[in-house]
Amino acid sequence: MVSRVVTGAHYGLRDWLIQRITAALMAVYGVALAGYLLLQPHLDYDVWTALFSGQPMRTFTLLFLLSLFYHAWIGIRDIVMDYIKPTGVRLAIHVLVIMVSLLYAIWAMQILWGM
Amino acid sequence: MDKERPKHLALHLIQLPLPGFVSILHRVSGLLLFLALPLLLLMLQYSLRSIETYTQLMAILAHPLAKLLLLGLLWAFLHHFCAGLRYLAIDLHFVRDLEQARNSSKVVIVVSLLLTVLLGAKLW
Repeated sequence: MVSRVVTGAHYGLRDWLIQRITAALMAVYGVALAGYLLLQPHLDYDVWTALFSGQPMRTFTLLFLLSLFYHAWIGIRDIVMDYIKPTGVRLAIHVLVIMVSLLYAIWAMQILWGM
Repeated sequence: MDKERPKHLALHLIQLPLPGFVSILHRVSGLLLFLALPLLLLMLQYSLRSIETYTQLMAILAHPLAKLLLLGLLWAFLHHFCAGLRYLAIDLHFVRDLEQARNSSKVVIVVSLLLTVLLGAKLW
């Protein structure tokens, strides 16, 4: 048997692992954000925008969103592979999901750095 | 194959086992969250852009239907989150037998619903 290494190219394990790493990253960000917001006595526009005004917060938010898009792409692809059999339809959905995710990523940068 | 197949399957008695139920909900909630992404990004944009758009967004979200939608998405997120943690626990061999698989599935369903109610009550 060939010994498989996680860091090798194009094993199924690669996507499997990425889905879990992005999940862990999103979980940490999500819990931290929820904890911070729940601890605010008055959550208004000023508190909300002040939170997103720093570069580190913007960077981590973008990292969270990029993780989300990659994580969602793998998940959607798994669902499509299970329920949709015709190659053409499958390819069309794959392309659509990738394009939409890239557009979301561009949009997210505009939101975070254009405020 | 001329292997004899079971006859008279009592379809009304066959149920998806609890871990399977959690699994399909994990898919459904994940798909829902993906489909809601443009809405969520739009909300982020409105909340950050200016005080005018922020106020506008808050007025829209005060509508009962909007609240219901947000509550649904909150449940989808929390279920996906809890079920995801369960999968990570399974991958790390913390869940070893059928008993634990069933119990952890119950925990996922109960905790995600409980958190939805608690956070939902806190938000409104």
